[in-house]
Amino acid sequence: MHVTPYAKHLAVALSLVVMAGCSSTGGTQDGSMAGSNGAGSAGMNGGASTQGMNGGQVGSNSMGKRDGQQDGIPQVRTIYFDYDRDTIRSEFEPVMTAHAQFLKSHPNASVVLQGHTDERGTREYNLALGERRANAVERYLTVQGVSPSQLEVVSYGEERPAVRGTSEDSYAQNRRVVFDY
Amino acid sequence: MKRYMSLWCGMLLLLMGSLAHADLTIEITQGSDRATPIAVVPFAEQGAQLPTDIARVIANDLERSGQFKPLDRGNLIASPSASSEVNYGDWRKVDADYLVVGRVNSDGSIQYELMDVYGQERMLGKVITPAGPDQSRAAAHRISDEIFEAITGIRGAFSTQIAYVTSQGVGEDIQYGLQVADADGHNSQQILSSDEPILSPAWSPDGQKLAYVSFETGRPAIYIQNIATSQRVRASSSRGINGAPAWSPDGRKLAMTLSKDGQPEIYVMDIGARSFQRLTRSDAIDTEPSWSPDGESLVFTSDRSGGPQLYRYDLASGEAKRLTFTGNYNSRGRYAPDGESLFMIHRGSQGFQVAKQDLETGRLITLTDSRAAESPSVAPNGTMVIFATQQGGRGVLSAVSADGNASFRLPAAQGDVREPAWSPFLN
Repeated sequence: MHVTPYAKHLAVALSLVVMAGCSSTGGTQDGSMAGSNGAGSAGMNGGASTQGMNGGQVGSNSMGKRDGQQDGIPQVRTIYFDYDRDTIRSEFEPVMTAHAQFLKSHPNASVVLQGHTDERGTREYNLALGERRANAVERYLTVQGVSPSQLEVVSYGEERPAVRGTSEDSYAQNRRVVFDY
Repeated sequence: MKRYMSLWCGMLLLLMGSLAHADLTIEITQGSDRATPIAVVPFAEQGAQLPTDIARVIANDLERSGQFKPLDRGNLIASPSASSEVNYGDWRKVDADYLVVGRVNSDGSIQYELMDVYGQERMLGKVITPAGPDQSRAAAHRISDEIFEAITGIRGAFSTQIAYVTSQGVGEDIQYGLQVADADGHNSQQILSSDEPILSPAWSPDGQKLAYVSFETGRPAIYIQNIATSQRVRASSSRGINGAPAWSPDGRKLAMTLSKDGQPEIYVMDIGARSFQRLTRSDAIDTEPSWSPDGESLVFTSDRSGGPQLYRYDLASGEAKRLTFTGNYNSRGRYAPDGESLFMIHRGSQGFQVAKQDLETGRLITLTDSRAAESPSVAPNGTMVIFATQQGGRGVLSAVSADGNASFRLPAAQGDVREPAWSPFLN
């Protein structure tokens, strides 16, 4: 395809305008990276908690609210998983309980449970693994009495890494479920 | 409201996509010892100047196949432009097995001849008239196809295209793009751009459409887009995963992964009727379907035995049979065009590799030494497999010959490139 220089400039200008317009509507709010803030770091294995807390993006994002959402959403909105596992680690049980309590006391609130994996393995298989993790969180919450109608699972697999890199630390930070209110 | 905004932005970006370019370059990473030496003499230009160095494009095509080793231009002993000017003895001296000469005529037509140096005979002699100067690369690829077939007996796949996904940025600001380019990375064209993930592009058998997964609404959905017109339809957007679209050989059906009934299962959609048929029923993950060339079965990934392994689902009997037994991770199977072997991602001691399993013997061989290979896609003539891997922390495309002897990389100028899909024959 032939593109004139003018058309190229126009395209760049247009895309900047559109991207600026879109940036505030990005669907994912990963929230706090400081996974074990409330749960204590003793039980965390690997470097996830350390990296998460040091490199913390516990900024405006984590407190961001969508229109119509109530205050009091638990601050820790990311829990992490072991490689190839969907078991909820014991140190995240207080986080899970806090979300369960919030959802039960706010029946109009709803949350998207975003499942994520690290980058190893094939992409569509990782989509399935990410869903398995988010499903485990969904099951845990419903067992605690949260209405299934307040919960939705969306798996991103390895498509939306929290951090780049091929170290075990990076992988550990990417294997997560994010509570996206 | 937010969702609608996202949708609007997605549509706008879709409209603008066709103006964005991100060509890939080629780096030969491993040549084959058995490659055949061939001399491709720069084509004489008689009045008409083309924007393309025809001989260069042909030599690069042939080298990329791994089956040929073009002589360096500095070693070309003469510069004939027609067989009548060729002294075969000259070309024996520089160890060329084959010789390609040609010229660009004043009317823009391109004539070329292929010679067997040791047999001292002309094998091909043709005139090609490109539709315009901007079609000269396409003409050169066509010549490469004809030369490749004349010498190897295998149809050339140089006039094909690849689709792939690009991403730039990290965290909240990642921009994803779906691109289509010539098989050598030139003439790239962005057909979709989004701030939500795009994955799993799959070519329709007629080469006119791509099916893919896009998260642009905040949920995964499968779309079918006409490449030339950008018109598209949403094929599936049920609750949960809508993934891994795969066209049937006749182009009428789309196999896919849906998790609407709980676990990810394989479904087949009749595209015309918009009806869905569920194939697999297991408590495990079933995903990454791909049709056999005869359309009678599908290979898919399942972890029903613990880890991911490949299974063959027979459409007539409805039974699934495990195919892979080497190692504890085999996924994303793709049939060779002759249906006799299966390419896949295999985890070995060195990490994730492209591997090939002979379906008759069950023997599996590893084709790559990459640590993080993904998304193998087979050329329509079965000679090469393109896949995604990493180089210096960035995603790049790479290709390896089906025997593992030759490979090349296609790095992009910036950002990550992944999820390559090799088109069918387009002519």
